[in-house]
Amino acid sequence: MTTIGLTSDARLDAGRPDGPGPDLGLGLGQRSRGRAVRNQLARIVMWTAFAIAMVPLAWILWSVISKGGAMLLDSHWWTNSQRGITNRVVGGGAVHAIQGTLIQGLVTAVIAVPIGVMTAIYLVEYGRGRLATAVSFMVDILTGIPSIVAALFIYALWVTTFGFQRVAFAVCLALVLLMIPVVVRSTEEMLKLVPNELREGAFALGVPKWKTLVRVVLPTAFSGIITGILLGLARVMGETAPLLILGPYTKNIATNLFGGLMPTLPTMINQDRTEVLQPAVDRVWGAAATLILLILILNIAGRLIGHFGRPKT
Amino acid sequence: MAKRIDVKNLNAYYGTFRAVEDVTMTIEPRSVTALIGPSGCGKSTFIRTLNRMHEVIPGARVEGSVHLDDADIYAANVDPVGVRRTVGMVFQRPNPFPTMSIADNVVAGLRLNGLKNKQVLAEKVEASLRAANLWNEVKDRLNKPGAGLSGGQQQRLCIARAIAVEPQVLLMDEPCSALDPISTLAIEDLITELKSRYTIVIVTHNMQQAARVSDRTGFFNLIETGQPGRLIEMDDTQKIFSNPTIRATEDYISGRFG
Repeated sequence: MTTIGLTSDARLDAGRPDGPGPDLGLGLGQRSRGRAVRNQLARIVMWTAFAIAMVPLAWILWSVISKGGAMLLDSHWWTNSQRGITNRVVGGGAVHAIQGTLIQGLVTAVIAVPIGVMTAIYLVEYGRGRLATAVSFMVDILTGIPSIVAALFIYALWVTTFGFQRVAFAVCLALVLLMIPVVVRSTEEMLKLVPNELREGAFALGVPKWKTLVRVVLPTAFSGIITGILLGLARVMGETAPLLILGPYTKNIATNLFGGLMPTLPTMINQDRTEVLQPAVDRVWGAAATLILLILILNIAGRLIGHFGRPKT
Repeated sequence: MAKRIDVKNLNAYYGTFRAVEDVTMTIEPRSVTALIGPSGCGKSTFIRTLNRMHEVIPGARVEGSVHLDDADIYAANVDPVGVRRTVGMVFQRPNPFPTMSIADNVVAGLRLNGLKNKQVLAEKVEASLRAANLWNEVKDRLNKPGAGLSGGQQQRLCIARAIAVEPQVLLMDEPCSALDPISTLAIEDLITELKSRYTIVIVTHNMQQAARVSDRTGFFNLIETGQPGRLIEMDDTQKIFSNPTIRATEDYISGRFG
């Protein structure tokens, strides 16, 4: 990379006692030494800030992978649950938690994606007046809601008002609240990126507006929308507050959304986080590594689809 | 088959701002009419009123009447979508649909309006591409995306796409301004061929192009900035370019302004 030091041109400096930079005798002044110093200083500050920001990230990744990575290499991790395993015993796996996280992620996506995408379509293609402004404002507010507030809201609605039990579906509802604004905003961006000329070209052929949307605009924006969805999903799959309030942990495999308890990776981590016995500690780190791996896969998949799926305009 | 266009007292607004004032003109079927004039004088706005594209912009509206043969396209019970199937448009920058292949692009207007018969579609692809002088260049790669073509080829693709729906009128808004001279020549030749089947209206900044290609020419101008654009003079191309009646027309043609 760049070497630390003033940039200087040795040829031009040679033989000049009064400082770097050529004096061309044209009254243009010499190359400013002060500016070069400030430039270098700014460069140092920028790289230092970057390094400071990178350190925690690298540290977390290193800690999790070194402490939990070994668990992931065991095939039992991916096939067994924690049924019958106590804190002293080495063994068992995380398939119950992995399944739970994936099932909840899927259900959340199935609900949040249509709502989010259609809201974005309304805001970009149809909305003109006060309703559109209000909706956009509401989405902005939703973007900032802390996950525990969303969880408490769903608790108040589902458990206190409707009288239902705490089930996995309630967790999904809270995650839906958190996922919708992400999907709306990223879909909006992708729709705005579709050049207006494409819409006009379709209108000029006598294609009605809704059909233009469905057959021209959405396919063009499609890969970007998928990216947004996957990134939104990656964000909510790690949210723990809704799980703590609405989704208690169990050691067994459970797939019923509306009855009983469903384990997930965050609650698996939370369950044993105060343990000191090595087998339990290992499993906690293993679950953390699995969660990070899952989110990493979603992120990479999202960006790959966004990159390779994009049509050339 | 090709229709006559009668425009009477047309005014076009963007919200409260009047962009085009009181235009009256007649365009004969199977002719090429060029609209010339300096930038910002309302030529593009005017041409977009002929296929009801102007009102797509939020807040835009039109007063006055436009008749295709004897049908008023702004009548209350007329569907703008139907008007646009009769009056096709080619834009300044080529805009092939990026997610569709060349063949799909050509018949996009037909497929998106419900035509499914593969045989008919294939025939239409070939006929339209031949009419647009693009068939020989792309016949071996009809399934490749439309974006892989050069600018001139893309514009001819857009023309093929516009004529595949068999409109009566073809509007062209500065179709060659984004193209190199060779492609421009190819498209001008194409316009001369197409005029035997369609009524063509072309907006152009290039006066020499108007002189080369059109039968009649209309000159639009602004009196001053902030004022709406008006049709100053409209006549046979020969006459406009050799012996115009109005002073402003002559000034523009000879390059004293614009």
